[in-house]
Amino acid sequence: MTITPEARAEAEALFAAFRATGAAPVEADVLQPAGTLLDLYGEDIRARAYVTQDPLRGEMVLRPDFTVPVVQAHMADGAEPARYCYMGEVFRKQDHLGPRASEYLQVGFEVFDRDAPKADAEVFALFARLLSPIGLKALTGDIGILLAAIEGLTTTPRRKAALRRHVWRPRRFRALLDRFAGRAPMPEGRLHLLNHLRSDTPEALIAAAGPQIGLRSAEDIAERARALVEDAETPTLAAPEAALLYDLLGLAAPCDAALAHLRGIQPLMPAIAPAVDRFEARLIAMRQHGVDTASLPFEASHGRSTLEYYDGFVFSFHRNGSAAVDGGVDGAEPPIASGGRYDALTAILGQGRSIPAVGGIIRPALVATLKGVDA
Amino acid sequence: MSLKIGVPSKGRLMEKTFDWFGARGVTMRQTGAEREYSGAVDGIDGVELVMLSAGEIPRELSAGRIHLGVTGSDLVRDKLADWNTQVAELATLGFGHADLIIAVPSAWIDVDSLDDLDAAAAAFRTRHGFRLRIATKYHRLVRDFLTANDIADYQLVDSQGATEGTVKNLTAEAIADITSTGETLRANHLKILADSVVHRSQATLFLARRADWAAPERATLAALATKLGLDLPAL
Repeated sequence: MTITPEARAEAEALFAAFRATGAAPVEADVLQPAGTLLDLYGEDIRARAYVTQDPLRGEMVLRPDFTVPVVQAHMADGAEPARYCYMGEVFRKQDHLGPRASEYLQVGFEVFDRDAPKADAEVFALFARLLSPIGLKALTGDIGILLAAIEGLTTTPRRKAALRRHVWRPRRFRALLDRFAGRAPMPEGRLHLLNHLRSDTPEALIAAAGPQIGLRSAEDIAERARALVEDAETPTLAAPEAALLYDLLGLAAPCDAALAHLRGIQPLMPAIAPAVDRFEARLIAMRQHGVDTASLPFEASHGRSTLEYYDGFVFSFHRNGSAAVDGGVDGAEPPIASGGRYDALTAILGQGRSIPAVGGIIRPALVATLKGVDA
Repeated sequence: MSLKIGVPSKGRLMEKTFDWFGARGVTMRQTGAEREYSGAVDGIDGVELVMLSAGEIPRELSAGRIHLGVTGSDLVRDKLADWNTQVAELATLGFGHADLIIAVPSAWIDVDSLDDLDAAAAAFRTRHGFRLRIATKYHRLVRDFLTANDIADYQLVDSQGATEGTVKNLTAEAIADITSTGETLRANHLKILADSVVHRSQATLFLARRADWAAPERATLAALATKLGLDLPAL
């Protein structure tokens, strides 16, 4: 059986605890419209979604996650600030044998509140309190600091956009950064391509290459061809600037020490100041909730290979002794709980109306298993 | 019980399979009328020939309804999750070569590599409001390949045939398909991305780990392996 009575009992207990904070319970259909939902997720969830055909409603997907339906419900008729909680099955295809279930329970809590540091701290402290009986190890991060650092680089908007887009794919990000920083040579194929693109106008080259087929128009092609040639002229990132970014990516320390380190590099990277201010405000709010920020681990790169929609504070709780890796890794034990801030997602769903939001989920089956082991 | 071996039921793949076994002293032949899907094996006792569509052989291997099977390595890798836990590769047969590649319109002068495809996908999504579509029937292989290469902003769309025509028909922007000579691609104004060989496929003899491997089948397998010169995995 996929979902055990113990897991369901644990889910109900956690759900009751979320409700006790005053959060409004929300329901979400198991069958969700596929279109909007899948377009918002990264490839990981997209590939894992159970998509099916409904004769009247078209392509539907078995709920892979609650966050998007909860945001949609809030956008439709929610007042601010708002706290929601939910409980139910989610479905994700698994392509490999291993500990990951394809159908499991999630219990979640989401806060829509414009006081972001306060809301971040509230969510984290609540999760830490509910999970404290089973002695997990917590890990935190802040994608917002990375995004701010990228924004502050002395380079073209195009290069910043490329880096920003691949924040969630650490290897490709690294390869791009190495190239922009002059640490890695330009690939031979790209040199060859550039030589060809410089040999004539894009329009002439396109006409010589073959007939125009498909939706990607000659203008689309010419635009990128020009951009490539232009980009090749972009000076490399200044060495100290690149070094600072590499340093930031590798930052792993307890929160208070991480803050001190960030304050130390801030004069050299002024663009991160507002994000570091938010980090500090969050730590103060966490301490007010009784969280020991002097020992709570922080990793600047945490959350970079999980759900693409987190763009600020991120956190996860792991079994002691397990490798505290991000959730997207095949075969690895998933975190017991995870969450984060997803302001950009609400901005997309709100079509111009943005509502800062933070939340997270607990996997009650894993909690129940750990309790069973201890018993 | 006999050891069941599934082979492609028609065409060059069947003939070449018969040739490969025949050259090693195991004679396979069709029985009955020319178009009837039944066959026999001479030169070894206890082997039953099962004529199947090459595309169904992975599923039959997975279910253990056949003990051995000949099919393309691409089909097994694409159709079976964690394929090497379900089947074992006994021998590559040296025919049926085809590469699974990614191709884009030749007119895309700005796209030669996967890096370019990724960047073009980002621009395409911004411009057109949806993810760049790659038509294929090899969903698992292509998705795993693109994920391993950190490509974003694409979506796979299903195409079970005439995949090279999907770009012209505006149902995809790029394709992932098998090719041996590249002729069909060129005829449809497509070019192969430089670093996009997803898989080099060839006809392969597979063993089904979940088949019923009782003593008689094991004995037959051992005799067959000796004749064919194969190393066997632990069962």
